[in-house]
Amino acid sequence: MKRRQLLASSAAALGLAATAGTRAALAQSPMKVGFIYVGAVGDFGWNYAHDQARAAAQEHFGSAIETTFVESVPEGPDAERVMTQMALSGAQMIFATSFGYGPALNATAARFPDVAFEHATGYIQEHPNVSLYNARFHEGRAVIGTIAGRMTQTNKIGYIAAFPIAEVLMGINAAYLHAKKVNPDAEMRVVWAFTWGDPALEAAAAEALIDQGCDIIMQHTDSTAPLLVAQDRGALAFGQASDMSSFAPEAHLTAIIDNWAPYYIQRIQAKLDGTWTAGNVWPGLAEGEVLIAPYNDRVPAEVQAEADAMIAAISSGEYNPFTGPLNKQDGSVWLEEGQVADDGMLWGMDFYLEGIEGDIPS
Amino acid sequence: MDLSSLNIVVLLASLMVAATPILMAAIGELVVEKAGVLNLGVEGMMITGAVSGFAIAVSTGNPLIGMVAAVIAGAALALIFAILTQGLMANQVASGLSLTLFGLGLSALVGQGFVGVVPPRTPKLDFGPLSDIPVLGQIFFRHDMLVYVSLLMVLAVWYFLTRTRAGRILRAVGENHHSAHALGYRVKRVRVLAILFGGGCAGLGGAYLSLVRVPQWTEGMTAGAGWIALAIVVFASWRPGRALLGAYLFGGIMVLQLNLQAAGFSIPVEYLSMSPYLVTILVLVIMSSNRARITLAAPGSLGQSFHAAG
Repeated sequence: MKRRQLLASSAAALGLAATAGTRAALAQSPMKVGFIYVGAVGDFGWNYAHDQARAAAQEHFGSAIETTFVESVPEGPDAERVMTQMALSGAQMIFATSFGYGPALNATAARFPDVAFEHATGYIQEHPNVSLYNARFHEGRAVIGTIAGRMTQTNKIGYIAAFPIAEVLMGINAAYLHAKKVNPDAEMRVVWAFTWGDPALEAAAAEALIDQGCDIIMQHTDSTAPLLVAQDRGALAFGQASDMSSFAPEAHLTAIIDNWAPYYIQRIQAKLDGTWTAGNVWPGLAEGEVLIAPYNDRVPAEVQAEADAMIAAISSGEYNPFTGPLNKQDGSVWLEEGQVADDGMLWGMDFYLEGIEGDIPS
Repeated sequence: MDLSSLNIVVLLASLMVAATPILMAAIGELVVEKAGVLNLGVEGMMITGAVSGFAIAVSTGNPLIGMVAAVIAGAALALIFAILTQGLMANQVASGLSLTLFGLGLSALVGQGFVGVVPPRTPKLDFGPLSDIPVLGQIFFRHDMLVYVSLLMVLAVWYFLTRTRAGRILRAVGENHHSAHALGYRVKRVRVLAILFGGGCAGLGGAYLSLVRVPQWTEGMTAGAGWIALAIVVFASWRPGRALLGAYLFGGIMVLQLNLQAAGFSIPVEYLSMSPYLVTILVLVIMSSNRARITLAAPGSLGQSFHAAG
């Protein structure tokens, strides 16, 4: 009986504390925030970038929050199990950082309406506690495409692509378009790896591209292997998701950095303040969510200036990387003169732009 | 866009490199299976070798010491399998599978401190004027040492299995362990030694990936190479020469499809990327059927536990 009384009174105390203001209660116990990643945090690519942002948020909020993460969670039922476990152990906010977590995340969100769910690169939003966010990586691709177009000697640029989905095609098309703009002779050779990360295969792909005469390699896969091959073979390359210059100091021209920290801090702050509501955002260079790493000294000053000008133009909104007139590979019109691609058109991208050779595998 | 843009010499040279890790693992597993043991833990032993070789090479600054360490680590993991299956009579399929899972997890743990580290480079062998011979020089004399080691391994295993007394004892143990036992051969000792050899080879194959091929440590970096090695053993119907052919064929498919893509050909990439794994599944299915095994000339006692009766 005594124990039950104790429980009852502490529950009442908790209730009082809650009415007194959530702020006070939170000050005593940190808000738990969970993160789940599809791969290892040590990939120096996608998952690494998310974990860096988690660490930045933890440092920003100090003892006000407690972050946990689970890495290498496969997309599918496992993800639901992990998210449920997080919610049950008191997480009030869960960031799920892979495209394929969508169904599992929405299913979990339905069962925990008080938990805020944030889904990176997702598109399923069935509940009021599900928020979506993404980054305009293709803006970064436009910048490195410009650099590649200026710096290629053989006029052949190699591109290692993961899977034929809209996001990857946006990258290929943006890079090609802007290389072509500064160098009308530039060609692009695309190799589909059908994996997000298999270092041996990515290395072989980079070698095949260099054997075929490409002297600049771009990648939309996660490992540093292509950079190392480029370094060995005297070719040039770009880092992916984080600054990879330490791996290949000579070959690494710059990198597109995924900078999720500002978004994570802003959303966690909103949840702490009680002002969190579901959203669907797609920031890019302007918001600082996509960053361009410091340039290698090998990039000539005028090319650096040109790249910086493009970053400025995209950030200010004065230039959109996909501005008409643009034709599809088959010659049909995609964008009229002066027309700008809206987000829906971008997500529907399932084609190469005019000038890229080869077929997109289905 | 024409076939002439594909340089056959470059293709052959790069397929040898691409095939080396699976060739090493396959030749080791071939000996294991010839002794009548089916170890499905190749993937786990490879990745353990990859991480141990990388870690030791980075700490000592010497890639050769790293490779020796990879052999030892692969063999050490194989020893667990040997204790389970030969000592405790555990099921070989289940033990092998758990070895793979264990190896993947263990390597991730060990490798945590080595992510993003650049290892010391393995020097290429210098053949002097030989490497300048047109065509042949480029294909055969411009590789790193381990490519030649893998070829020597094939030759040595072939010689051992067909030309030496010890090799014949090993095959006898694999074909019919009861008869071999009755003749006075120590079935378990032979098998344990074969398992350790297989582990060492797989470990070296893994280290080739992490120290030479990529060179970098990434979790799960073997990405199924161990399973392909298993399939190659069956594909080769347990013959070392054919294992070499099989490994180069698999390596060749990968290199060729990437080169075709890079040259701008329209090829059904998704099927070609899938093909090594489809063949692997098919082969593993065939292995599980008794009749198919006989027609493929599989070792008679393959996968069976040996219990000395009387």
